[in-house]
Amino acid sequence: MEKIFQKLSLTSASIVFVILIAIFFTLFHASKPAIDQFGFDFLLNPDWNKELVVESTLAMSDEIVDEDGMLFDEDDEAETITIYGGLVPIVGTFLTTIIALVFALPIAMGIAVFLAEIAPKNISNIVGIAIELLAAIPSIIFGMWGLYYFAPIVADLVGGYQVSLLTAGLVLGVMILPFMAAITRDSMNTTPDVLKESAYALGATKFEVIKDVIFPYSKTGIIGSIILALGRALGETMAVAFLIGSIFVLPTAINSPTISIPVAMANNFGEASGLGESALFYLALILFVISFGVISIAKFYFLKKAN
Amino acid sequence: MRLLVNKIFLALSILSALIGLAFLGWILSTLFIKGLSSFHFNLFLNDLIDGGLRNLIIGQFILAAIAAAIGIPLGMAAGIYLQEYGRGKYTTLIRDLSDIMMSAPSIVIGAFVYAVVVIPTGGTSGFAGAIALAIMMIPVVINTTDNMLSLVPRELREAGIALGASKYKVIIDIVIKAAKVGIMTGILLAFARIIGETAPLLFTSETSNYFSLDLTESFPSLTVSIYDLANEPEESSRDLAWAASFILTVLVLIINLAGRFITRNKEN
Amino acid sequence: MPIMNIKKFSFTYPKTEYPSLRNITLPIEKNKITALIGPSGCGKSTLLRAMNRIHDLYPGNKYDGVIDILDSQTNTRKNILDIKKEDEFIKLRQRVGMIFQKPTPFPMSIFDNVAYGLKIAGIKNKTELKDRVEDSLKGSALWKEVHDRLGASAMGLSGGQQQRLCIARAVALKPEILLFDEPTSALDPISTGAIEELLVELKKDISIAIVTHNMQQASRISDFTAFMYLGDLIEYDKTENIFLNPKEKQTEDYITGRFG
Repeated sequence: MEKIFQKLSLTSASIVFVILIAIFFTLFHASKPAIDQFGFDFLLNPDWNKELVVESTLAMSDEIVDEDGMLFDEDDEAETITIYGGLVPIVGTFLTTIIALVFALPIAMGIAVFLAEIAPKNISNIVGIAIELLAAIPSIIFGMWGLYYFAPIVADLVGGYQVSLLTAGLVLGVMILPFMAAITRDSMNTTPDVLKESAYALGATKFEVIKDVIFPYSKTGIIGSIILALGRALGETMAVAFLIGSIFVLPTAINSPTISIPVAMANNFGEASGLGESALFYLALILFVISFGVISIAKFYFLKKAN
Repeated sequence: MRLLVNKIFLALSILSALIGLAFLGWILSTLFIKGLSSFHFNLFLNDLIDGGLRNLIIGQFILAAIAAAIGIPLGMAAGIYLQEYGRGKYTTLIRDLSDIMMSAPSIVIGAFVYAVVVIPTGGTSGFAGAIALAIMMIPVVINTTDNMLSLVPRELREAGIALGASKYKVIIDIVIKAAKVGIMTGILLAFARIIGETAPLLFTSETSNYFSLDLTESFPSLTVSIYDLANEPEESSRDLAWAASFILTVLVLIINLAGRFITRNKEN
Repeated sequence: MPIMNIKKFSFTYPKTEYPSLRNITLPIEKNKITALIGPSGCGKSTLLRAMNRIHDLYPGNKYDGVIDILDSQTNTRKNILDIKKEDEFIKLRQRVGMIFQKPTPFPMSIFDNVAYGLKIAGIKNKTELKDRVEDSLKGSALWKEVHDRLGASAMGLSGGQQQRLCIARAVALKPEILLFDEPTSALDPISTGAIEELLVELKKDISIAIVTHNMQQASRISDFTAFMYLGDLIEYDKTENIFLNPKEKQTEDYITGRFG
């Protein structure tokens, strides 16, 4: 019985490993047609689902696949083939995330400081819960609220479209705010009281204690929280889907509509097939690898937990 | 001068907290106002085809429940392994991978399930959606089980062994019991999280306008339908989306608060 | 006739170069209290924890020498360091019980706590369980205080009561030896006194080994005392001899408070 229990729990634990490997290989396998066709140019090509005249594309690649995923033959009568390039969603993903970070960072730090050092215990508890509730709100709700209430205000202030890089980035910022604040607060709370007390005993102000003692002490945890929030923001789908505009056009200004990888996937997976579908998987693979990498960096370099 | 800087800093910090609270208040009040104005009890009696939300609410629950039925036992068993049996590099690896998976993009998991379930079975299904949700739930349950078990003092296990109990009995009778409240809270929070998910369902189980318990076809989902409704041009669709959003948020917040309430109660 | 004989016993923790215990030879006399004393880090808890092989929860230990236990039915001795199989470990621990420094009530009712060892030993008969629980609680001087709330959670008891509960729980299995690892160091003086009285009562039926950093406690209740230092057994003798007439200078220094 003991052995059975042990084996069962080991099997369950290994499932995580299996799933992860399976995800990677599945994505890789499904994106292979697109990878073979476009290679790394995919990362730099802004044209998505664009029909190109055959001769110019033959110059780009030896083996061309048409929209149904069939190998293109010189005898094929079609004069155009469709190509896919992921530059626009990749750029959109990065830019929305950066906007989100820039917006959220000062506010999240301020909240963390408030919760950890300034608020008396009961207020800290209540506000802490409120912040955690903000984190619990499903992302589609952020999309709804963002589109109908937040975006119009932003558009009024800044001009331009309501659905754009900017509004998507800002709402994304509101979404990662509670997460960053919570982890930063927890990091700050690891600072030993004696350290803080020594600084106060020398006559330091609260600001100075935070600046000179707490922040340096919890520096790695704070940076880790930022990077982890970045990792999460990269993969955010629904809120961004409502707000980014969903067009495969490189943004010309901060308030241009564009698209991100998750949104491209969300909007197109249903109808895609053949090469188009493979291109979406290619995007998924890129997103997965980048998220995994970013989250790993956060975890291993910055968020070392004593276990 | 220093005191002035200090005061400004403190003020900014309080301001940030207020901003955070303001966003929460704004979103919640928006939901309440728009949601309540489109709310009427028929929403619980009619299915989407008739302008109600019944099939969607029940469907979302069913999907989350199946995901939980898969995810909770697997996650707990894995968490138990990590904390109680695991030693060495493989354990650390699994723990780290699970940690990373917790923050992985949900749409990618949807794409994965699309490739391994939807394509081979020839179409979207409730099963596929539930599996996607389960994959999201497992790392969270592992994490919470692992952490809550680590808080149980070493001596409690030793006392059990010292009475002649075998290790698995000690784990089941004593250790899990001691960590019970924390684990339950963690599971409730995980459940609240997946019941609000949309992306993993978008192309795995999609949604349906009709009441259905057939998991082999597209399955009604509250979250996916909110997305669809919001994209429709008609005002009535938008109103329905708000009502649905309101109900979804209330649901998620209740489950969330229930989880915290349990912990609070036990501490007293 | 000692119930347990420790012969040239050495012990090394996993992944450690140097042994924590070196060549310990000492008897545990039947129906007597043997105290293990010494400064922090001397190895007394390590030695105690070897006697029920609880170190084996954390694999990788190195054992040398013999710890044998007397089988009163067959009058033979068995080296417990040879035990490898799960069911033999279980049998050992049912014969050699352990009480820890921090009271460790299980998250269950008072009754279920005391009955736990019995239930896993296979005793299912409700009457038998009830009787044995009552006997154990009476034998641990706890019955009067809890007899009317056996279904209440054990976590609601005071520290001293919880420790007596743990003793009742261990005693229920009718062990031959009970190991006490600093059982009163987390308790107030009154609870300490109650438990010390209990130990003197228990030794009529059970042989006791107790680790204590409280010398007065050792001199109060023990029949034999072993003084340890840095992994070695420095001196073992009747308690009066150790405290009134120690043979080794180190023992004398420790007793008189010059170090430790």
